[in-house]
Amino acid sequence: MEPIILTLSLQKIKDFLEEFILREARIRAMWPLTFGLACCAIEMMATGCSRFDAFERFGMLFRASPRQADLMIVAGTVTKKMAPLVRRLYEQMPEPKYVIAMGECAISGGPFYDSYSVVDGVDKIIPVDVYVPGCPPRPEGLIYGIIKLQEKIRRGEIKR
Amino acid sequence: MEEDKIINQLKEKFGEKILDAKIQRARRVVITINRDDIYEVCKYLYENGYEYLSCISAVDYEDRFESVYHIFNAKTRVLVQIKAIIPKDDPKIKSVYSIWKAADWFEREAYDMMGIVYEGHPDLRRILLPHDFKGFPLRKDFKLTPAQWFEKKG
Repeated sequence: MEPIILTLSLQKIKDFLEEFILREARIRAMWPLTFGLACCAIEMMATGCSRFDAFERFGMLFRASPRQADLMIVAGTVTKKMAPLVRRLYEQMPEPKYVIAMGECAISGGPFYDSYSVVDGVDKIIPVDVYVPGCPPRPEGLIYGIIKLQEKIRRGEIKR
Repeated sequence: MEEDKIINQLKEKFGEKILDAKIQRARRVVITINRDDIYEVCKYLYENGYEYLSCISAVDYEDRFESVYHIFNAKTRVLVQIKAIIPKDDPKIKSVYSIWKAADWFEREAYDMMGIVYEGHPDLRRILLPHDFKGFPLRKDFKLTPAQWFEKKG
């Protein structure tokens, strides 16, 4: 048997631990922006209320200011009149920041596809990490999307 | 009947100017007029108990526009629907803002979506769409491409 040579330096272990701790911290306190555009926002509120209580259990807390938020849940139809404001709110969020596109409208425009006033998917104006389909998605769907986003952060796939 | 009464009153007063008048169903009267007579007809209805303007909308037909007014009489519960015919190449009609203040936003919306200019309206600008929107989206000849994007000003 050949001897196993350890090549890990102390610096590398330190880097790994730092990265690990940072990621876990981000996963456990993803504060979303209080931001709803249409009927999906009602479902998002239901997700946070007592029947599901999903946000509090994940350590998530709705913040009313983009400067204190890490996560933007785009819940609803993004109109072209609203698009510059969505973009501005996204740019005001400090890094690292994540985006969930909730519902068919935010994914592709949904029933309003090819309309004169609706953006065909919020990914035309801001980068999206997780798409949650449904019209609107049930709270279980949104919870699953949040878990998927946590897994994505844990795997280190989001480089922002 | 209240429906017959208002039709006879209008025909007596305006004669040939009423192009078409019929009772669609109980308590619903539909009359068709030219755009030049809209103000006088509305004024006459307003002075005869039809005091509530519940809707102004616009329709795009192949050969004409129509501006549709729904005017309600709260006492007799009769609703008169006026269709004013507007030519396609000159979409203008007199505003009824000076009779009903409610016409303000109705006319702005019809202008926003269909491009009908209500002459005499105090502040005729877009109400729902961005102010730099090009075209009138509910017209049949409106093109979706190229897509329009807007800046937030200020």
